[in-house]
Amino acid sequence: MKRHIISILIENEAGALSRVAGLFSARGYNIETLTVAPTEDASMSRMTLVTSGSDEIVEQITKQLNKLIDVVKLVDLSESPHIERELMMVKVRAMGEMREEITRLCDIFRGNILDVTPTSFVIEVTGEKSKLDAFLRGIADDHIIEVVRSGTTGIPRGERGLHA
Amino acid sequence: MELSGAEIVVRCLKDEGVEYIFGYPGGSVLHIYDALFQQDDVRHILVRHEQGATHAADGYARSTGKPGVVLVTSGPGATNAVTGIATAFMDSIPLVVLTGQVPRAVIGSDAFQECDTIGITRPCVKHNFLVSDLSKLAETIKKAFYIATTGRPGPVVVDIPKDITDPKVKIPYEYPKTVEIRSYHPQVKGHHWQIKKAVDLLQGARQPMIYTGGGVILGNASKALIDLTRFLGFPITQTLMGLGSYPATDRQFLGMLGMHGTYEANMGMHQCDVLLAIGARFDDRVTGQLAQFCPDAKIIHIDVDPASISKTVRVDIPIVGDVQTVLEEMMTVLKASDFKASSQDISDWWASIERWRAFDCLGFDRHSPKIKPQRVIEELWEVTGGQAFVTSDVGQHQMWAAQFYKFDEPRRWINSGGLGTMGFGLPAAIGVKLGHPEADVACITGEASIQMCIQELATALQYRTGIKVINLNNGYMGMVRQWQEFSYESRYSESYLETLPDFVRLAEAYGHVGIRVEQPGDVRPALEEAFRLKDRTVFLDILTDPAENVYPMIEAGKGHHEMRMAPGVSTDRELA
Repeated sequence: MKRHIISILIENEAGALSRVAGLFSARGYNIETLTVAPTEDASMSRMTLVTSGSDEIVEQITKQLNKLIDVVKLVDLSESPHIERELMMVKVRAMGEMREEITRLCDIFRGNILDVTPTSFVIEVTGEKSKLDAFLRGIADDHIIEVVRSGTTGIPRGERGLHA
Repeated sequence: MELSGAEIVVRCLKDEGVEYIFGYPGGSVLHIYDALFQQDDVRHILVRHEQGATHAADGYARSTGKPGVVLVTSGPGATNAVTGIATAFMDSIPLVVLTGQVPRAVIGSDAFQECDTIGITRPCVKHNFLVSDLSKLAETIKKAFYIATTGRPGPVVVDIPKDITDPKVKIPYEYPKTVEIRSYHPQVKGHHWQIKKAVDLLQGARQPMIYTGGGVILGNASKALIDLTRFLGFPITQTLMGLGSYPATDRQFLGMLGMHGTYEANMGMHQCDVLLAIGARFDDRVTGQLAQFCPDAKIIHIDVDPASISKTVRVDIPIVGDVQTVLEEMMTVLKASDFKASSQDISDWWASIERWRAFDCLGFDRHSPKIKPQRVIEELWEVTGGQAFVTSDVGQHQMWAAQFYKFDEPRRWINSGGLGTMGFGLPAAIGVKLGHPEADVACITGEASIQMCIQELATALQYRTGIKVINLNNGYMGMVRQWQEFSYESRYSESYLETLPDFVRLAEAYGHVGIRVEQPGDVRPALEEAFRLKDRTVFLDILTDPAENVYPMIEAGKGHHEMRMAPGVSTDRELA
């Protein structure tokens, strides 16, 4: 079971997202995260999907995705050098000494504090999934009020790109 | 030329060369029905239930190779069509299904007869479209036909809101000659080096097998397959969907493989060293237990759909491309090589096959005082000279038809293989007959299946489609009963039909000819009479042996070499 980041260029049509989501549920594939947003070309959206499975399953996933008429192109980012990022916002309970400690932790992870109240912070951290996981491990569970994560997105390194 | 949306729909069908449209009217499609009324180019076939429309269009498509076209209304019209759409999807049959939708302004408001047709059909179509703009209507219909009929074919749904077809709103009409979809480019030509590698492997084979499926028929590759198989001199077996693309009466043909395949075909699969799979998808009913599938074989797989390759069985040489194109190139490479069928000695292999064949695994009691369903199919084959188009429903009768009607030509055997849809046979036969008015068309069915779409007998009368319904009536849902006998200690839970109608009187009530057959000796005269009444639909209610089972059989979890034979047939000597 290996983690794969599949980056998909998809027609910007109503229902295109549900075709991808439906494919995964119908065939029992697992989706860890899924993000969709417009691209430099208004007729297409870029979808980044993180899944995991054996080589055979992931091969089937990419073939089945390619079969969808709305899918223009896709690439398995994890097969070559790439950059991946995820954005996370965490609301933490922060009072007394904890305020200092959390600020320090935030600096270590190059996070930003976006909102401050007498009892709480909202912190923004960006990075690979593992970095965000590590940040959360650094804060005691009972201090965490809410965690919001964008899901992973990514781009290949170098000049290679995904175009129609 | 300025046309309304409704007129555009009908005009597109005409420009696409559509002969028949199978449908049922309703609120959301009334504008389209009004436009249909005012022209004579496209003929509408009124069915009695939308499921029948999809199956009839499907039968038309399978038998002619042209796409089947369906028109139904929104809501229940569309949901009733879903079974037929899913049936076509599983067997890769090109259909264009036009569904009415409520007007755009009320979509999403739970309006009368509204349903999310795009959402409901999404998992069982090749693609679907909601037409949201009148100016895109013609282009969308063109795309639907293009997608349905190219690559691996399949059904395409076009959902058309009622206001799009408003007769008062007219726009200039031009049917696009071609269409380009940037994300859709089915591969036609196979990779040359892969084909060369495949040929090398075939040349070294000592125990080869050819295994083909519905893709050969869909790809019109029957001739290429026959040429290649004869040139190679290899044994060939076919799936339920593949029958007819290689002549069943030929010596190289080993019969169907899989769950109810022949002993020789399945043993050949189990012991082969090179397997050439063509347009087949390694379905579970074909492979049996995957862990034991072709344990010693190198596998070559030709298919137009890359997703079919290595889906359940890993293959050694995948070749993605149009089957006909690939087979022709393979033949060219073979002929240019030093391959000579005579120089490649596979006579030991053929000797093994003949030994398996000698078990006569399809044997049955020919002296029984009861009507044996197998014999009925044989007699049907004799009476029709093996030339009929045969549709079937799903169950024992379907397997017997596949085993005993020796199809020598493609597109003659019309059945729901993938989805296994009871109720398919009768409407499909109507579609076949419309596509082939001069041909003999038989629907082999059972007393359970036939009742699932029996209302289409009215359609058969309306359009004078003289089809012959061969009802193998054993009083049971036969295949269910057989599994209950084998696996549930003969506890026949709900598989017995106690209140069967009088089918003869029912057929007569629908305006047809009904004949009941109760003695083995009466089968042939009844069949002859039925086909003599060329233009009449004849319902033969044939009371067959209720205890008969389909043999041989690979039971769940077993491999190809572990077949259950009919009582009295032993392969112990062989297996020892």
